[in-house]
Amino acid sequence: MSSSADSVAGDGGSAAPALTRGDVDHLAHLARLDLTDGELDIYVGQLSVILDSVAAVTKVAAADIEPTTHAVPLTNVFRPDVRIPGLTQQQALSGAPSAQDGRFRVPQILGEEQ
Amino acid sequence: MSTSRELTRLTAADLATQVRDGAVSAVEVTQAHLDRIGAVDGDVHAFLHVSGESALAQARTVDDANARGASPASALAGVPLALKDIVVQMGSPATAGSKILQGWMPPYNATVTQRLLDAGIVILGKTNLDEFAMGSSTENSAYGPSRNPWDLTRVPGGSGGGSAAALAAFEAPLAIGTDTGGSIRQPASVTGTVGAKPTYGGVSRYGVIALASSLDQVGPCARTVLDTALLHEVIAGHDPRDSTSIDRPVPRVVDAVRRGQTDGVAGMKIGVVKELQGEGYQSGVMQSFNAAVAALTAAGAEIVEVSCPHFEYALAAYYLILPSECSSNLARFDAMRYGLRVGDIASGGSLVSAEDVMAATRGAGFGAEVKRRIILGTYALSAGYYDAYYGSALKVRTLIRQDFENAYAAADVLISPASPVTAFRLGEKVDDPMAMYLNDLATIPGSLAGIPAMSVPSGIASDTRLPVGLQIMGPALGEEQMYRVAAAFEAGYVATHGAVVADAAPELEVRT
Amino acid sequence: MTAVVTGLMDYDEAIERFDPVMGLEVHVELGTVTKMFCGCSTEFGAEPNTQVCPVCLALPGAMPAINQLAVEFAIRIGLALNCQIASWCRMSRKNYFYPDMPKNYQISQYDEPIAFNGYLDVDVNGETVRVEIERAHMEEDTGKSLHVGGRDGRIGGAEYSLLDYNRAGVPLVEIVTKPIFGTKATAPAVARAYVGALRDLLLSLGVSDVRMDQGSLRCDANLSLTPAGNPVMGTRTETKNVNSLRSVERAVRYEITRQGARLAAGELVKQETRHFDESTGTTAPGRSKETAEDYRYFPEPDLVPIAPDPAWVESIRAALPELPWVRRARLQESWGLTDLEMRDLLAADAVDLVEATVAAGAPPAEARSWWSAYLGQQANVLGVALAELSITPVQLARVIALVGQGSLNAKIARQVIDGVLAGEGDPDEVVAARGLAVVSDDSALQTEVDAALAANPDVAERIRSGKVQAVGAVVGAVMKATKGQADAGKVRALVLRTLGVPG
Repeated sequence: MSSSADSVAGDGGSAAPALTRGDVDHLAHLARLDLTDGELDIYVGQLSVILDSVAAVTKVAAADIEPTTHAVPLTNVFRPDVRIPGLTQQQALSGAPSAQDGRFRVPQILGEEQ
Repeated sequence: MSTSRELTRLTAADLATQVRDGAVSAVEVTQAHLDRIGAVDGDVHAFLHVSGESALAQARTVDDANARGASPASALAGVPLALKDIVVQMGSPATAGSKILQGWMPPYNATVTQRLLDAGIVILGKTNLDEFAMGSSTENSAYGPSRNPWDLTRVPGGSGGGSAAALAAFEAPLAIGTDTGGSIRQPASVTGTVGAKPTYGGVSRYGVIALASSLDQVGPCARTVLDTALLHEVIAGHDPRDSTSIDRPVPRVVDAVRRGQTDGVAGMKIGVVKELQGEGYQSGVMQSFNAAVAALTAAGAEIVEVSCPHFEYALAAYYLILPSECSSNLARFDAMRYGLRVGDIASGGSLVSAEDVMAATRGAGFGAEVKRRIILGTYALSAGYYDAYYGSALKVRTLIRQDFENAYAAADVLISPASPVTAFRLGEKVDDPMAMYLNDLATIPGSLAGIPAMSVPSGIASDTRLPVGLQIMGPALGEEQMYRVAAAFEAGYVATHGAVVADAAPELEVRT
Repeated sequence: MTAVVTGLMDYDEAIERFDPVMGLEVHVELGTVTKMFCGCSTEFGAEPNTQVCPVCLALPGAMPAINQLAVEFAIRIGLALNCQIASWCRMSRKNYFYPDMPKNYQISQYDEPIAFNGYLDVDVNGETVRVEIERAHMEEDTGKSLHVGGRDGRIGGAEYSLLDYNRAGVPLVEIVTKPIFGTKATAPAVARAYVGALRDLLLSLGVSDVRMDQGSLRCDANLSLTPAGNPVMGTRTETKNVNSLRSVERAVRYEITRQGARLAAGELVKQETRHFDESTGTTAPGRSKETAEDYRYFPEPDLVPIAPDPAWVESIRAALPELPWVRRARLQESWGLTDLEMRDLLAADAVDLVEATVAAGAPPAEARSWWSAYLGQQANVLGVALAELSITPVQLARVIALVGQGSLNAKIARQVIDGVLAGEGDPDEVVAARGLAVVSDDSALQTEVDAALAANPDVAERIRSGKVQAVGAVVGAVMKATKGQADAGKVRALVLRTLGVPG
């Protein structure tokens, strides 16, 4: 990225780091999105405007405030270890762009297994 | 026997009564609405898919049960409904308004869908929406925008514009919406219809294609408050498949509506939120809102002004939380197991690796707004930025929740305009994302706090002659007082004007 | 430009010049009936894509729901590893794209693991080594991909891949050690001993079948070398695909010699993921990634926090089984076995069987002897595991009891066991059906003894004069006369008593 998080959270400032074309390109790759050059150009500008505006949150987010992840707090919601009928193989594969031998057929997988 | 036109003008409650009493069959009711869709939807484009045959089959099941003398499956048995195309229904294509899901037939029912079917509610088809519910106008739908029945050159709001337009065009008396930042309330507001977002967790999200998991909520839409409440009780309630659903009895909102209709709001404290008016709010909207405040005062409510100082950060927090969660939720659309696949050799392309096909498909299958938000969310979650962005936004949520808690110490419910403006013209804001985002100014704080909130028509704007919505917000799990105020306000409006706002919607030209 | 060093350094030299630092990550598939977040079966080996549902296929709209037993198993593992159990923790999303992971994020735990700060003491050549545990956290497994069309089936040469999601969503617990320092030359042995001890422990906890060959226990070994005496940490490699205890040892040893050679030649060790090749005992780099990983963790918004009730945790703690090595030491002592005998029993997977047989009333020595000798041979012949033989410890104990009370002798007892193994019923039924009861009627036997002594007066005289070993001939004659259905011990006693000689 073109700027560090520190400058985002900096003392009271709401100036967000300007996104570069390279940043957007990198993000698009992380998100597996092919973007055209035209799209890249548009997004660099628009995202910078949006970021500049949303950076306001850093102004009020003091360290001692607990984050809210769910509006109505719940804990320990569990399911018993009991089988529930799922899909048949035919149903599972019904939406597949391609299938073979009861499996989803996909283009070759490169890279590492995690 | 009623004419087809008369049937489509009736409320859901009346239709259910007539079906139950044998005055009309569910098949006739369903056919009348299918005919209306056939006549006007070419202009309105509320529906992406109409399930005529399965709707009639469902209606026949209701009629058969009636003929056997069985007690009705619910208070809405035999009434047709329009289902937002983000809720999956077996046997009906689900697109979420996106090209990436074109042609996908879900092999399972959402919990909400199952509850509708079990209640004998007839599902007419799937309604249009902004792609993956991202937008405020339905212009982000990959299948073309819906149009506002009040003025076909204008948008019906969004993302649930299709459901709202279907109600306002009398294509259906009931509809299902989903609301992440206002997608039920803002379309209701600009189409003169009613829409309610329950307390987060009040209705199961299982089978509802996720936008932002911590904000999404399914809710009922109709042309009257009573119909909305009746539908609310059908779809609400705990679901073990949705771990965030609330395990408590369903609020008695129908009783609350009856109480509002008979007892009004006498003795209730209603808070006007200082920060949800003024700059950015159209004058015709404010006039209608002020008239609503006056009407509630006259009806015996005590009006208090409340201040929620952190609301000014709500939009910023929302546009960090939503993109972050949606960037992850939408990762599953990857051309491997369902939906679109482009660029591979079998599709005539030259890409050989799964990774390249994924990126090509996502690049081609998602629209501009979706891609914009995915990139924004990817950025907000990335290493070194999480605390500053997503983390800070979650803290702002806490501040907004506290603002609401303070306000509810002084008032039973809070009110504001539901949308800062009346319906705008198609194309007016498509190239300016920030201007589009401002449509949700009044609805987003309630979404962040997870409280119940609804829009009920407050009248017609004096400047644009278009409907205006009054937003009524209850405390968490406080649906009953929210519906009571909505019903009382609506009853007052009907007493003055002779009918609900939706009844004043223009007749549409019928194409045959 | 420097040449890439491909050579290996002599192991002893590598250890002399460098200190190995290890970190071991073990993934264990939990033995729950259903998956982590949905009600699909976890059974191994089903037809592809038959144990799937909207949740584990990541169909649009589907939502996860946590399997309570998986949480209990994770807590059980944490407690057995002497960990603290989180009073409040969450699941998080780990975002990365990979076709065998349907959601393109894994639901895992990030900075709030369910268990943390523990240790496991392992025995390495008679010495106890304490391996410290950083954390044990819950997550879900991925599907499996099959690569087709390539020259040799390897990923690089594949033309397409086939995906089966039966395994997607199977509950996993990942157990991560803190860096293991100071093991020196024993590093490979420590790694093996740790994984072996963990495997025994997990098995005894009943949380997994820990089949390394089926992937229900998988180990990744991180290793770096630091120059001897130098506190600066070296660059580490992560070796995956280490699927047996022997491989754990070999992989660590190989990496020590490989990294040693590079460092000695002034090269840098590249931080990378490597794959262990069972056939060659070597590691090779995986395909390197174009971009650094950025998993964009955030709390899973579809799930709510887990806050285990302390009373629940304590009840799980109270129900923990005895540690397997503690139990083994106790049994060895109470059975009076030598180390070698105990090791044989362990190797034959006979400890549980012997224990159960003893519990059913058999003397330990008899129980051990039957399982390790005769039944061991039968299992061998049939090509099955000892436990898969169709005789129960209770049945064996009954046979041993019949021998003890003189109703059977060893030879007939084997015939009874053969009958049980052949499915002829319980020992008593086999005895009755085959007419195998030994002649134990003393008067009938006495008649035979008297006859045998009468027929062999010279032998009788020798016995009387103190040559007790001569009794064998008389016993043999009696056994012959009774067609082997007498208890030889009893015959011997009877002969001596008849002749007035103390036994």
